[in-house]
Amino acid sequence: MCLGVPGRVISVREGFALVDFWGVSREVCLDIVDEPVAPGDYILNHVGFAIRRIPPEDIGETLALYETLLAESPNGDLMAADVRGEIAGTGDRDG
Amino acid sequence: MDSPAALAAENTRLTAAIGQLKFRDPALARRLAETIGRVTAEIGRSPVSVMHVCGSHEQAIARFGLRATFPKDLNVIMGPGCPVCITDMPEVDEGVALARQGLVVASYGDMLKVPGTRRSLADAQAEGARVEVVYSAAQAVELARRLPREQVVFFATGFETTAVATAAVLIADPPENFSVLSAHKYIPPVMEIVAEMPETRVEGFLAAGHAATITGWGIFEGFVERHGIPVVVAGFEPLDILAGLARLVELVRDRTPRIVNMFPRCVTKRGNLRAQEQLWRVFRPLGGRWRGIAHVPNGNLRLREEWAHRDARRRFPIDLTLLWDEEPAALAQECICGDIMSGIASPSDCSLFGKECVPDTPVGACMVSSEGTCKIWHQYGGLPDLRGAL
Amino acid sequence: MRALIEEIFVRDLPPLSVPGRGLEAMDDGAALWLGDRWLVVTTDSHVVQPIFFPGGDIGRLAVSGTVNDLAVMGATEVLGLTCAVVLEEGFPREELERIQASVRGACREASAPIVTGDTKVMGKGEIDGIVLTTAGVALTDRVVPDSGLAPGDRILVTGRIGEHGMAILSARHGLRLEGELLSDVAPINGLIRAALAAGGESVSAMKDPTRGGLASALHEMAGKSGVGILLDELAVPVSPAVRAASELVGVDPLVIANEGKAVIGVRPEAAERVLAALRSHPLGREAAVVGVCLAERPGNVILDTGFGRRLLAEPEGELLPRIC
Repeated sequence: MCLGVPGRVISVREGFALVDFWGVSREVCLDIVDEPVAPGDYILNHVGFAIRRIPPEDIGETLALYETLLAESPNGDLMAADVRGEIAGTGDRDG
Repeated sequence: MDSPAALAAENTRLTAAIGQLKFRDPALARRLAETIGRVTAEIGRSPVSVMHVCGSHEQAIARFGLRATFPKDLNVIMGPGCPVCITDMPEVDEGVALARQGLVVASYGDMLKVPGTRRSLADAQAEGARVEVVYSAAQAVELARRLPREQVVFFATGFETTAVATAAVLIADPPENFSVLSAHKYIPPVMEIVAEMPETRVEGFLAAGHAATITGWGIFEGFVERHGIPVVVAGFEPLDILAGLARLVELVRDRTPRIVNMFPRCVTKRGNLRAQEQLWRVFRPLGGRWRGIAHVPNGNLRLREEWAHRDARRRFPIDLTLLWDEEPAALAQECICGDIMSGIASPSDCSLFGKECVPDTPVGACMVSSEGTCKIWHQYGGLPDLRGAL
Repeated sequence: MRALIEEIFVRDLPPLSVPGRGLEAMDDGAALWLGDRWLVVTTDSHVVQPIFFPGGDIGRLAVSGTVNDLAVMGATEVLGLTCAVVLEEGFPREELERIQASVRGACREASAPIVTGDTKVMGKGEIDGIVLTTAGVALTDRVVPDSGLAPGDRILVTGRIGEHGMAILSARHGLRLEGELLSDVAPINGLIRAALAAGGESVSAMKDPTRGGLASALHEMAGKSGVGILLDELAVPVSPAVRAASELVGVDPLVIANEGKAVIGVRPEAAERVLAALRSHPLGREAAVVGVCLAERPGNVILDTGFGRRLLAEPEGELLPRIC
């Protein structure tokens, strides 16, 4: 029940989107999502509602996140600490 | 890393990840697991216990067999993160009572077999009561539309992420015969309770990524300050979980209690304001009992005054005394779901696990829900942790 | 179900009059020694719902199921099949003809003649549509049991798994899928013949993963053979459509029924050879080595997920009713 599943928007009509989940398509309600959604966008679905529009650039960022974690030296240096701070901050989308 | 071939390979990998939105690179997973092992060893204590509060995290951990890769000094415990499991008996009784009073009760499938004081909704259904399984709040409204002469009560269970959907359907003005029996719960307050329990030695929390998509990660700042325990928000892909844990053990090692967001593609600091506005327009937090954990201040979500006309508790008299005709079954007293949900015991500590208590004949709520610790462990052979087994 | 069978049906059995492997072995078929060869016999009833599903129908299923049970016992040349039909009164003639055409088609593919049968009609409402019961007999020099695995043996599957069960499920749930989800129902005696020709005595065990899927079949084989099995999840071939449907419906492809596949245990030195033989056959193009047998943890199947390891629990209960 906690789980949201990401999918790709195929089409949109008055408050609903037809979304493709890796080959299966389902209708999803757009009443809760906080951004306009267009075909080609990725959304996170939870119990039939889109709860998030996933910006494509954030996906690449996720991979970078993993890599950065791994690149940090065992003893921790100041630069690594900066990177960590930056990552915690990048979540902020208050603009 | 700058050669055209390397860049092309990087591009392909990125495209594949974007195309699939799945983060399932086994090689990367192995490296993350090594990091977890190395950092845990650097902490030097044993065991190091961290807790997650989401059934879906436990499912992903069990399904991918991640515990087999964790160092033996690291305990990743599931806390009270199963919304079905923590729905208390009197709440189930309310649903059962309404069903027996002749109303149509719509419920998520998982709730059907959760034991009430004497009966579950499934028992009531077998005795002739109208209990319908729905997969979403919208479906419950659809049911009310199809049965205009019946009163349809939506037994609304789940955490805040799911409560948002309930709020949305109410705001959209459903048919007159539709009402809500809210058993929704709110997770952040229970983290406070667990952090304060003397028996738990939880040194870090993994927060649920999808709940945080709605609430934002900012709400954990106060918690981190008050308890000095780090919190990492993590997603549900195996790489998300491994990276989240790697970051968490680093924070534990460095004794830096902070909130770190390792799920930036879905979680922002403030979260989904539109969803929050709808949630708090319809619901208010109230103290209440969570099964096995006793009182959680602000842990329950109930309909506000303005929505009294949609509140099943106010629309219908619910007579629970009709249900309490006998003592609870003896077996139920041996059930240690409460301890399991608080993270101080595990299913293998329970004398009933896998014997009297199995998915077909569940004794406790943890064995009923797809997010219950016991059900998950049982589904994966009763042995989620193969460290040292091979 | 297994408990029911053991408690009621497989008890107090009269002894065989010839040496052989009978009901108590609970293998895919029975094997009776005739003095110079084995006679293999098997029977199945078919109650699949819906009768016509994407990729096949009850007729094709009835023939394939029995032919395949014989084949995974090592008996790939079918002497004859029986086919008994019980019909509900008023069953549409046109549908019956379609089913019969499927039966004939499958028999041709398998080179397996129907040599005798029976037909009964029950009143409206006394039976649901149609029930087909088939039996098959074949001769073989060597019976390949489901209990012959030894540590080190490789586990092969002859193709993509989960197709039959997911085709039925998706038809029942009305899933809109990109890319089709078709049942894999087909007689595979020709495919198995090729594998046996390549591997001979090195083929140590075989089973067809029907109800309960690959997970059930592996558990039985591991349990009866007294070995553990380490299964490499990433090596198990699954089509994108099956994967998509299974994620959405929340069911693991490993526990979903197959009706045109076999699980084959092969001694390590012959594994490549048998794999090549499977892949050269039109029905075995996606064959793969998916696991290895262990001395440790006999009876258990351990899944290597690529990210960790867990026990693959034995599927319990009727996951999908009326799947075959």
